[in-house]
Amino acid sequence: MGPPDPILGVTEAFKRDTNSKKMNLGVGAYRDDNGKPYVLNCVRKAEAQIASKKMDKEYLPIAGLADFTRASAELALGENSEAFKSGRYVTVQGISGTGSLRIGANFLQRFFKSSRDVYLPKPSWGNHTPIFRDAGLQLQSYRYYDPKTCSLDFSGAMDDISKIPEKSIILLHACAHNPTGVDPRQEQWKELAAVVKKRNLLVYFDMAYQGFASGDINRDAWAVRHFIEQGINIVLAQSYAKNMGLYGERVGAFTVICSDAEEAKRVESQLKILIRPMYSNPPINGARIASLILNSPDLRKEWLVEVKSMADRIISMRTQLVSNLKKEGSSHNWQHITDQIGMFCFTGLKPEQVERLTKEFSIYMTKDGRISVAGVTSGNVGYLAHAIHQVTK
Amino acid sequence: PTGPPAAATPRVPRVSKATGAGDTRDTALPFLAAYRTDEGQPWVLPVVRKVEQMIANDASLNHEYLPILGLPEFRANASRIALGDDSPAIKENRIGSVQSLGGTGALRIGAEFLRRWYNGNNNTATPVYISSPSWENHNSVFVDAGFKDIRTYHYWDAAKRGLDLHGLLDDMEKAPEFSIFILHACAHNPTGTDPTPDEWKQIAAVMKRRFLFPFFDSAYQGFASGSLDKDAWAVRYFVSEGFELFCAQSFSKNFGLYNERVGNLTVVGKDADNVQRVLSQMEKIVRTTWSNPPSQGARIVATTLASPQLFAEWKDNVKTMADRVLLMRSELRSRLESLGTPGTWNHITEQIGMFSFTGLNPKQVEYMIKEKHIYLMASGRINMCGLTTKNLDYVAKSIHEAVTKIQ
Repeated sequence: MGPPDPILGVTEAFKRDTNSKKMNLGVGAYRDDNGKPYVLNCVRKAEAQIASKKMDKEYLPIAGLADFTRASAELALGENSEAFKSGRYVTVQGISGTGSLRIGANFLQRFFKSSRDVYLPKPSWGNHTPIFRDAGLQLQSYRYYDPKTCSLDFSGAMDDISKIPEKSIILLHACAHNPTGVDPRQEQWKELAAVVKKRNLLVYFDMAYQGFASGDINRDAWAVRHFIEQGINIVLAQSYAKNMGLYGERVGAFTVICSDAEEAKRVESQLKILIRPMYSNPPINGARIASLILNSPDLRKEWLVEVKSMADRIISMRTQLVSNLKKEGSSHNWQHITDQIGMFCFTGLKPEQVERLTKEFSIYMTKDGRISVAGVTSGNVGYLAHAIHQVTK
Repeated sequence: PTGPPAAATPRVPRVSKATGAGDTRDTALPFLAAYRTDEGQPWVLPVVRKVEQMIANDASLNHEYLPILGLPEFRANASRIALGDDSPAIKENRIGSVQSLGGTGALRIGAEFLRRWYNGNNNTATPVYISSPSWENHNSVFVDAGFKDIRTYHYWDAAKRGLDLHGLLDDMEKAPEFSIFILHACAHNPTGTDPTPDEWKQIAAVMKRRFLFPFFDSAYQGFASGSLDKDAWAVRYFVSEGFELFCAQSFSKNFGLYNERVGNLTVVGKDADNVQRVLSQMEKIVRTTWSNPPSQGARIVATTLASPQLFAEWKDNVKTMADRVLLMRSELRSRLESLGTPGTWNHITEQIGMFSFTGLNPKQVEYMIKEKHIYLMASGRINMCGLTTKNLDYVAKSIHEAVTKIQ
């Protein structure tokens, strides 16, 4: 019998709980200040436009909706990107972040013969390891999170990365690191790019939160763009689950930056050969919505405002959590909660403390002490602070 | 760095306006099977438009993640469609369902599971048998799932233009015990030739005796004969004979939901406990492939199947499609017989589903393409959906010419 999925299993347990004060700080889906799922207005508008067009349901090409993949590449790379303008990239539509990561993993397993090793930050999203493993690669790690400070172990990361065997694969979270919320500063990214380039590593960026982290799509893509500008031909997985709230529509993309457009064509042909025996061609609904939003000036403007408002609410909850903890009389340093960014926060809570939070307060999170800040509202942030204080005092 | 080589581009049967059988959207993609109306146009089922509007008007719906195994109402209803309302397996609570990305996705999840867990915990060497010929993607699915020993079983008898039952049964007798066999539930792709119920019984008997695993590919339920029950007969027979089996279902054709990627892997196991364990392992496989499936298409199907009225409308829409194809078959055959085209043409109406193996040889096919601008596969496979009342005469005359002029 397979063990329950550690992340999605939290939600199952939460659903069974009858305590009216229960909080689900498990799975990473945005919630509004009433704790409800939020369908973006720009998404509703795009859906209405699509419905009125009464389009057919013919198969998409294997590589997906071209208007979507082009816009997705431009969003990540920036419209002024040399790599984008020269066409020396290929972007295929993927099944949200997971599917995009998997396509890339399978592609590297088949064609990147220099190494079988993928280096993940410690810790990383729980699903990274099984994805790469099922694709036939091996997992290694580099230091990343410092539990003593609840922030980046930069010297540890630089030390480990400088020792990674040349031409290995290294995975980096572009922004809003999952699960810690700890991102390098731009100066640190510059040094990371330099050492990665020196070691000739194959860089795999996972960008699941562009726009959702800082509220600014360009700022959140800074690392990706910097690496490319430094001449590092990255591969990239994007997700629109969070930043467009399209979770269940499974919208994502996988990109390979190539030497030239000709190589990009060859890479594309091989990606299609990988995709066809997986699911033939991707689902259209979410990609159409995303494409319309990215490609329509009005909707795109509206989207940028909405994604910023989601990011702002998260940031505000972080601030309120810290101030409430202080009010509770906690003597601990909770600065990391506001230093960290994005959906998730590594609270620093230990498994025993997490268990108490669940058992005594019906507050659900993953065992590593990760909370989804999106699950915090102005209505329950006080309760959360109180509970955390109780288990940490 | 030179990067990977370009993939060889498969021969693309571009489709002419004459046959109107749809366009290829992608030059490196083999011709895809999609229904066309008598005007040569794609057809969104009226019931689908209706349900889409219902979904669009339902403000309570959002875009949250589905569970890993998919939308519960979809899974239960989809499996019920395949197995039948009164299925003993459903009654005994020993079925499971995995919502998948189309029939392909269902095949892949099933293949990945079998490679890991079918018989012991490493089945890379377990033989997988695929019909000769078959849908060309079957082979790739099982190769990419990690199987190393993929074989073919006799199926199409070109000489008699029908099922090579003797060859098929012989292959099954000789197959190592516990081999996996990919069976087309109905409307065999590409031959359009299905075993009769009696032939299915013989197949089941051999498979039972030799412990062979049935993995059904059901992409055309309802679309083939116009009757859901009739098209599911083989799958249900195997269930009634006590088999454990997989059935990869596609709702691309029978719901016309091609690009929404709606499929379902139905698992029939020995008992409930077994099925639960199977599903728990399938969750792990799904989690590293697509995490959870897309919601839109599944919602459309679930809503339709769960409502008696919508379900009736859907069956009606399906029958419309099936009937048009059946009509094209009978019209083509009668024209060829009227023209006195050499050979026998009963296979055109005896075959079923979207495709027909006309029996034209490669030279005759080349004539059809070059001289008559009618696009067939080199195998002589024609997509019946490309025929319309407007082009039937032209196609029949062209076949007549090809057969009489070219040997």
